[in-house]
Amino acid sequence: MSILSLKNVVKQYHNHRAVDGVSFEVEKQKIFGLLGPNGAGKTSLIRIITTITGADSGEIYIDGEKLSTHHPKDIGYMPEERGLYKKMKVGEQLLYLSQLKGLSTKEAKENIMHWLNKFEITDWWNKKIEELSKGMQQKIQFVATVVHNPKLIILDEPFTGLDPINTNLIKDEIAQLKANGASIIFSTHRMEQVEEICEDIVLINAGKVVLEGSVSEVKQKFKENQFRIEFKGDRIPDFSGYNIISKDKNSVTIKLNPNTSGNEILKYAVQQGTLITAFNEILPSLNDIFIKQARS
Amino acid sequence: MSMDKLWLIAKREYLVRVKRKAFIIATLLTPIGLGLLMFVSGYLAAKGGSSSKKILVKDDSGVFENAKKTSKLYTFDFSEAPVDRLIEDYKTQGYDLFLHIPEFKDNKLTRQQVDYFTTEKLGITAIEGIERNIENAFKEYKISVSGIDRGLYDSFKMTVALENGAKDEDGGQEDTSGKLSIIIGTVLGGAMGFVMYMVIFIYGGMVMRSVMEEKINRIVEVVISSVKPTTLMLGKILGVGGVGLTQLAIWLILIPLVTIGVTSVMGIQQDPAQLQELAAQANGLPQDLDDFNLAQILDEVKKLNWWLIIPSFVVFFFGGYFIYSSMFAAIGSAIGDDMGEGQQLMFPIIIPVILAFVMMQGTIQNPNGGMAIFGSLFPLTSPIIMPSRLAFDPPLWQVFLSIAILVLSCWFFAWLAGRIYRVGILMYGKKISFKELGKWLFYKA
Repeated sequence: MSILSLKNVVKQYHNHRAVDGVSFEVEKQKIFGLLGPNGAGKTSLIRIITTITGADSGEIYIDGEKLSTHHPKDIGYMPEERGLYKKMKVGEQLLYLSQLKGLSTKEAKENIMHWLNKFEITDWWNKKIEELSKGMQQKIQFVATVVHNPKLIILDEPFTGLDPINTNLIKDEIAQLKANGASIIFSTHRMEQVEEICEDIVLINAGKVVLEGSVSEVKQKFKENQFRIEFKGDRIPDFSGYNIISKDKNSVTIKLNPNTSGNEILKYAVQQGTLITAFNEILPSLNDIFIKQARS
Repeated sequence: MSMDKLWLIAKREYLVRVKRKAFIIATLLTPIGLGLLMFVSGYLAAKGGSSSKKILVKDDSGVFENAKKTSKLYTFDFSEAPVDRLIEDYKTQGYDLFLHIPEFKDNKLTRQQVDYFTTEKLGITAIEGIERNIENAFKEYKISVSGIDRGLYDSFKMTVALENGAKDEDGGQEDTSGKLSIIIGTVLGGAMGFVMYMVIFIYGGMVMRSVMEEKINRIVEVVISSVKPTTLMLGKILGVGGVGLTQLAIWLILIPLVTIGVTSVMGIQQDPAQLQELAAQANGLPQDLDDFNLAQILDEVKKLNWWLIIPSFVVFFFGGYFIYSSMFAAIGSAIGDDMGEGQQLMFPIIIPVILAFVMMQGTIQNPNGGMAIFGSLFPLTSPIIMPSRLAFDPPLWQVFLSIAILVLSCWFFAWLAGRIYRVGILMYGKKISFKELGKWLFYKA
């Protein structure tokens, strides 16, 4: 069952089609990467999902229901361009934002305290936002995004401006939210983060879906039959009959023909008397795939 | 539209502003500053300054010297010494001014030149005040030498009072077009028009800054993922409107209190005759309200149709504020972080307000003229023009038609502003032209 389902969604701005027939599904309790170069249409798409703007055509379902004006309470959205009211205090700001999501004052206070406790920042309640550092403000923004226990959380570049400690803290919270039943859409340009966090991805370019699937599926699809052999000893094996991508004193990377299997090169290396210490298939990084797809 | 959320937004906008130190200071300092200004100007007027002068006079024919002088603002002393010496000496003798009135030879002359010598530059009010004093002396002199009976002379003066002769149904005098009621209407109309003008700029500007602040802070996208942009905009307008009402209500109580306080303090120090002379000098007009006593004025104020004036003023207050603050919100959303570039976008707001303010002056002069009627029906000027006409008893159908047009226009401008706002608040780094704003109107939501 999917938490979000888009079918042929189109959004046209004046003379520019920002979203051009996009369809994909986000499975429940998964971390889903929404990727694409700048101007690909990610923000337009997110704004449609969060009901900030409407699609010109196509269908959108949240947890099986057609997207409507009551859905914002089920969605937590942390935009890339984000900020807070600088003159407001942390407590009243979070209270205001959670009440806008439909929580009662009592519920809102309980949830806010739960999160402030979790981050060990309960003493910030009466601090003005302008007194906090950028990283501290990010934490408050994260709390504001999840305080109403949304089913679907959309995080657009959530780690920018965070130090490694806080990045890990938020990563752990994302994992925890997922474990508690939430589904997360994660939009970023940082491909190493996508590989680390996401299970499924969709890549959008020029308003269209160019690639989708689980991270491992996508990598399998784009692999180039490259293998890396590591060895030790004085005898450097002779791989001159193969297409060598790179080599050094203790390793060599070889690209095989599409119909040649890895076993063959391994067998050849063993026959040569090489002392093999490691052998693995090289899968492309998402970064490489992203660049390749975005350019094409 | 969710009313809960609208209320929540309005409440935040209201509380955030009302709790600010700047708001509290401005709200309290305005009446205090006004009182201080009244006190200082009153004090300066009482303690001389430019108005109380010691004047040395050489009067060759003695006409002025022998006349009875009643001025409290000027002290005249006379000398027989030669003019040349007096010109040199008047200052050392402690005088501000030396006047030389040459020999008055011919009783038939209607013009006499008097020379003055002073180191300071005289203001027009001082010159006219001194002229009036000498003129009076010559007039009295001419009456006495011509042998005309004083009573006969006084009977030449004639005052005509133009009063409305129409009777109302009860057979009583219809007061609404009486002279006093016109004076009161002018003052009240001008005051109400001026308040509207201020309200539009102060609180409309506040709405605009609030929109810009949210856009610059980048919080707006978070907020509109929870509420519709139009709800956010309307909540802002309501909240800031509440701030305006609070401030006006406080001023409505404090300003009269301060005024009463200052005048009662000043009253003890000041000679009423001197004040009257000053007032007469300052505007050169017949002292309109001096013809009436306080009881008459209060009576006339009570007779005004307050049951029409107050509710209508409130409607125009809200209508005008609403229309203009919607426009301010729309422009604020388009300007974003570059105030300099956005200046030109303000013209469509500033021009009608200033135009209305100028038209208001004409309306008060001629409250039922064509311009007044047009101005009080056209929705961009009616919030200023109609209140300025209310005390002149405009035809009821015009008031109601104006309100109807205003209400429809509120709806129209909210729609128009909402269309621009929802696009503008999410648009960054783009120079906005009127053409661009026009395009936004037709974007799909």
